[in-house]
Amino acid sequence: MSASVLYEAQGPRAKARNVIYTAVFLVAVAVLLWWVYTSLDEKGQLDWALWSPFFGSEAWTTYFLPGLKNTLLAAALSLVIALPLGAVLGIARLSDHAWVRVPATVVVEFFRAIPVLILMLFCREVYVAYTGVSSDSRPLYAVVTGLVLYNASVLAEVVRAGILSLPKGQSEAAMAIGLRKNQMMRMVLLPQAVTAMLPAIVSQIVVIVKDTALGGYMLAFPEMLSNATTASSYYGANIIACLTVAAIIFIVVNFALTSFASWLEKRLRRAKKSTGATLAPDGGVDQSGFGGATN
Amino acid sequence: MKLRKVTAASAAVIALALTATACGEGAAEKDAKGGSEGGKGKITVGIKFDQPGLGQKTPQGYAGFDVDVAKYVAKELGYSEDQIEFKESKSQDRENMLSRGDVDFIAATYSINDEREKKVDFAGPYLLAHQDLLVRADDDSIKSAEDLNSKKLCSVTGSTSAQNVKQKLAPKAQLQEYPTYSACLTGLQNGAVDALTTDDSILAGYAAQDSHKGKFKLAGLELSNENYGIGVKEGSDLKAKINAALEKMVSDGSWEKAVEANFGPANYENEPAPKIGDIKK
Amino acid sequence: MFDFLEGYDLLGAFWATVQLTVYSAIGSLIWGTLLAGMRVGPVPLMRTFGTAYVNFVRNIPLTVIILFSSLGLNQTLGVKLGGGEDFDTINFRLAVLGLIVYTSAFVCEALRSGINTVPLGQAEAARALGLNFGQVLQLIVLPQAFRAAVNPLANVLIALTKNTTVAAVIGVAEASLLMNEMIENEAQLVLIGAVFAFGFVCLTLPTGVLMGLLGKKVAVKR
Repeated sequence: MSASVLYEAQGPRAKARNVIYTAVFLVAVAVLLWWVYTSLDEKGQLDWALWSPFFGSEAWTTYFLPGLKNTLLAAALSLVIALPLGAVLGIARLSDHAWVRVPATVVVEFFRAIPVLILMLFCREVYVAYTGVSSDSRPLYAVVTGLVLYNASVLAEVVRAGILSLPKGQSEAAMAIGLRKNQMMRMVLLPQAVTAMLPAIVSQIVVIVKDTALGGYMLAFPEMLSNATTASSYYGANIIACLTVAAIIFIVVNFALTSFASWLEKRLRRAKKSTGATLAPDGGVDQSGFGGATN
Repeated sequence: MKLRKVTAASAAVIALALTATACGEGAAEKDAKGGSEGGKGKITVGIKFDQPGLGQKTPQGYAGFDVDVAKYVAKELGYSEDQIEFKESKSQDRENMLSRGDVDFIAATYSINDEREKKVDFAGPYLLAHQDLLVRADDDSIKSAEDLNSKKLCSVTGSTSAQNVKQKLAPKAQLQEYPTYSACLTGLQNGAVDALTTDDSILAGYAAQDSHKGKFKLAGLELSNENYGIGVKEGSDLKAKINAALEKMVSDGSWEKAVEANFGPANYENEPAPKIGDIKK
Repeated sequence: MFDFLEGYDLLGAFWATVQLTVYSAIGSLIWGTLLAGMRVGPVPLMRTFGTAYVNFVRNIPLTVIILFSSLGLNQTLGVKLGGGEDFDTINFRLAVLGLIVYTSAFVCEALRSGINTVPLGQAEAARALGLNFGQVLQLIVLPQAFRAAVNPLANVLIALTKNTTVAAVIGVAEASLLMNEMIENEAQLVLIGAVFAFGFVCLTLPTGVLMGLLGKKVAVKR
């Protein structure tokens, strides 16, 4: 990491001070971890019997892998549908025409305001009442629809912010060479905005993966977290162990996703299609600044 | 003006996508059969997936007393074992699953009460259980319902047992609610709660698990009567057939065998097989 | 039509939601700011810790974090957070703790994006004046970063409001727990869902609008 602009290059005294801070910090973390470890051990939560199921294949083939499959399936479907929908909604919010802009705004604001769980419950009832979707696939449909409605609205905001983040000169230049508005959007603005939006889109993917867990809670969608609970009742209520394993799987999957995305982002950036702007995960714009300090 | 094409197109796409994802009202062909949706030659049964001894998803398939009853009934209805499709029915979703026709019948610790009888029909009862307490093996302090007021209890969020404690049995007791019983056991083991309360049949299943042997016991208080019935859709002709099947199950000794196989290891003193239609209040 | 609402403390449940939101928001703002400070600071280990914390916590479902704080911290390790013997108080505080742990990761990221909007020259000028890291951060960078981060922080706050529904898994009596109870007892599932959706719209929309106005008002003009 290059030296940050927030502090001076460190001399010997600062370095010594850093060593002290580091040591104090390490000790504090170590004490905390030791306390957690010993207390868990004392309460028998680290007993081999509670953890041994995860080292056999049974627990994985019965509970975790099918659950993971469902989690990933629901997340992938939601993303594939929500991304284009979000892009369209986001562009529609930038439209010059009120009849396009206003409904898009209402849709986005409304679906962003409601908890996803309530959206999912709603979608299920809609499927029951108005469609012939079989009861086997209904939980998946309801979960995916709920996730799509919510995440499309969030992605719409990401897209909108991404386009707005581009320097004004880009659209002015595009107009000056006589491009139509749709050409400008398609050929000039969107390609540049995509790289700026990538980090935000990725963190939204992580949100989608995590939110599938809401489907298990009330809709009996057999995703990983609810399968982990089922496993815990079979293996003698080792719920802490089961949740830990589930959490680790979530971390690994999401970490793989984010790593892939940052690799992709670097590639796109090297292709020199961007202005160098990035969007922070929450839609904030990150244009210039302390590159070295942000890792 | 120039953006008009784009905006019109995008509006059309939004409209399409919304209808496609949200509802698709055009395709509103409701399943009018009311029975199974699983296709021909299948029977779908709602059970619990996370209650050892009654209905538990295991690496070897589904196991428990409810599962055995469901299998017997299905056999009497003319379905072989591989024609049964088990589905998880969460407590709060059972009535809806039946009225929607998601499942043909439900055997999932489904106690018969007036509220539920308004919405669905019950065959049975096939088991009489009681609300009881699971306590640590060395804990003798709970002898009657009054003792509960000074105790810390745990149960499943919104369950009838939980509401029973709050409203009737021990309004002053501390009640911890979790989405699943297995979460309660952690606290019970560590002394963070004093008792896990729900039907004794469910508790027995947990007490009998290998990792819990000798750690927990049932307090043996009969705090309520829970008549487990088999839920069917209101007005379904399955009710009579299932009742006949249940009667046969008791008379040919399969009921006793199933009880022995599932509750035997727990030393659960089950009530004798209830008569069909005999609901103990 | 709305007679099913009788006998339920709807306002009380939403009040609990508001309380959860407010306490968690304050806590995660503080802890998130500290994390952001660690991530841009000069001590390598703290930088690593900040990065690791954010990457771990962000990737775990909130349900798991809140269950951990109840099952792990309280039921196993015996942490009561000063709640005495009262389960309601303990669970409320545990839920707030879980929400803080989770939300602060997002606050940290929002603040970092805010810090990135502050022009380089500002920090360089501050250092030229002889300010040390803490002073640069406190006096120059953070005040501007917070102003730039109002909008992303508003998104975090709205998400937090909705995330409080997860506290129901450890039995905190807030809106979604009441909703579950009502769905268990009453038949009108869609109507109940609509009532609660409306409640959340009432909470989150004004938040978004107000924070948007605030963001515009305090924005640093460049």
